[in-house]
Amino acid sequence: MFKMAKKDIPNMLTLLGESMDVYAPVKKGKLTNFEDFTEGAELDIDTLKTVKSPKDFFLPQVENLFSATSQGKEINIEAKALRDKPFVIFGVRSCDVRAMEILDSVYLSEPVDKFYEARRENGIILSLACNEPGQTCFCTTFNIDPAHPNADGAMWVINDNIYIEARTEKGENLVKLISKFLQEGSKNEIVQSQTAIREKLNKLPYSDLSLDGLEGNQLLDLFDTPQWEELHKTCLACGICTFICPTCQCYDIKDYDTGGEVVRYRCWDSCMYSDFTLMAHGNIRNSQKERFRQRFMHKLVYHPDNNKGEISCVGCGRCVNKCPSSLNIVKVIKSLAVKCNV
Amino acid sequence: MCKPDSLIPLIGVITDIKTETPDVKTFTIVDKEGKKAFDHKSGQCAMISVPGVGEAMFSIASAPTNTKFMEFSIKACGVLTDYLHTLEAGQQVTIRGPYGNSFPNDLFKNKDMLFIAGGIGLAPVRSVINYVFDKRDDYGKVDILYGARSADDLVFKEEIMGTWTAKENTHVHLTIDRPQENWDGHVGFVPAYLGELNFKNDKTVIVCGPPIMIKFVLEELDKLGFKKEQIYTTLELRMKCGIGKCGRCNIGSKYVCKDGPVFRCDELDDMPEEY
Repeated sequence: MFKMAKKDIPNMLTLLGESMDVYAPVKKGKLTNFEDFTEGAELDIDTLKTVKSPKDFFLPQVENLFSATSQGKEINIEAKALRDKPFVIFGVRSCDVRAMEILDSVYLSEPVDKFYEARRENGIILSLACNEPGQTCFCTTFNIDPAHPNADGAMWVINDNIYIEARTEKGENLVKLISKFLQEGSKNEIVQSQTAIREKLNKLPYSDLSLDGLEGNQLLDLFDTPQWEELHKTCLACGICTFICPTCQCYDIKDYDTGGEVVRYRCWDSCMYSDFTLMAHGNIRNSQKERFRQRFMHKLVYHPDNNKGEISCVGCGRCVNKCPSSLNIVKVIKSLAVKCNV
Repeated sequence: MCKPDSLIPLIGVITDIKTETPDVKTFTIVDKEGKKAFDHKSGQCAMISVPGVGEAMFSIASAPTNTKFMEFSIKACGVLTDYLHTLEAGQQVTIRGPYGNSFPNDLFKNKDMLFIAGGIGLAPVRSVINYVFDKRDDYGKVDILYGARSADDLVFKEEIMGTWTAKENTHVHLTIDRPQENWDGHVGFVPAYLGELNFKNDKTVIVCGPPIMIKFVLEELDKLGFKKEQIYTTLELRMKCGIGKCGRCNIGSKYVCKDGPVFRCDELDDMPEEY
């Protein structure tokens, strides 16, 4: 356990920037997001949740796969290079750290996604404990502990200091790079802060959100429940929940003609959109009810079915904050649980 | 061979294009060296693309026993497929694969086989049929029930009216939806013809075609006393990655690109009916 003065963080990040790319929560206008930490950037580690999760750095919103050129009947393709430069993401919250593990279970399972794997290997995550958990947080439902975050290194802000604990080899190597800013700290010094965080968590509105009713083998019962009829009604199919969700993982593959060549890229997509499953002979999910159901069944039932019961939600609450019609996964979980208790 | 994890395709060369029907053509594809681009099993698929036009998943219509090239029978019904129909031999495309599970051809050994297909649905089934004929002694009696909208829409005419009918211990039963001049064969939908043919229910069945045909074929097979465990089919969903990541072909806990496209019919009972 080390500690350093909070005011030294910008200088510390600048030093790291000499050997790797540095991404940190940066405030622009009213919004805080993970961005390149460059000179003059307004570091903001007080805002609890960035608008978008840091999944961008591993599964970019748009990522080029290869470029193709044609001459006569011939085609040449050139694969885009995999990420090979190390980078650090500073200040990731516990929920978003768990989200990366969920994405790993998809993208690093066989056959491994090489683009994602390269980014994961080169990425170092420094997580930050949540001193002030938000009203829409429910990470504890998924046994996530924001008082002791996972990742390569965990950090706690306590008064004018920031405490850093390396938790992996990558984290230890990173700590060595910034040793000139660090002094020895003790685990005892963070205990009080951890206790305070856990007390706050217990008082949050969703602290008693239960997953009862989702467990066991009842996939088709949940699929067929009449609850979906009511639940989906106000969904506008805008897809914002998908884009801000740290575990949503679907993508599209498209081509862009630059004039001189064709670039094939992948980009985030949403199962909430009507053309997601559209084929020449029709669409297997014609109604918004079916598409809405697919998103939540995937997170709450299908993904767990394939991943030892692990639900593909981390309780970050972004969808609770952002849905324009106040729909969210909490409502769905509660509704399904009621159904099963009947 | 294309790495299964790779979204980066190989270059394929179209060496032959055969017009099957007014809207179906069969494309022969090899790699740049003129060899088969990769090995495959019956039922597996490959992603074919023309950069700038699109990429889509197609079932491989040739048998794994064909080690020289792959064939794809493609119906013109969208942006990419319409474009493919305009191409000439010699044109390069991109190809990646093979994707998906396969028909368990080894399990079918010594069984009497009943192949049922409608329209372009004969393409994936043909991969098994020709495998069975290449290893004829390993398999029992073969019945092929194939139907199309009209006589003009029947694909693989040389095989269904020639090569296959000439095989020993084999019967090909053709039908078209409506009566037509110069057609003296059976007229009627595939499920109804299946009922008329009244097959013994000890056969292993592979059925492929339009979803509506499959639905009624399964009902008819049930009436004839076939069990779901004897029946195999393939599902067709929109796909992008082919490796179970992009989420598009997810039905229940399955990804059709990776866990399918071949399913035994009793397996479908555990999945939501979204196909």
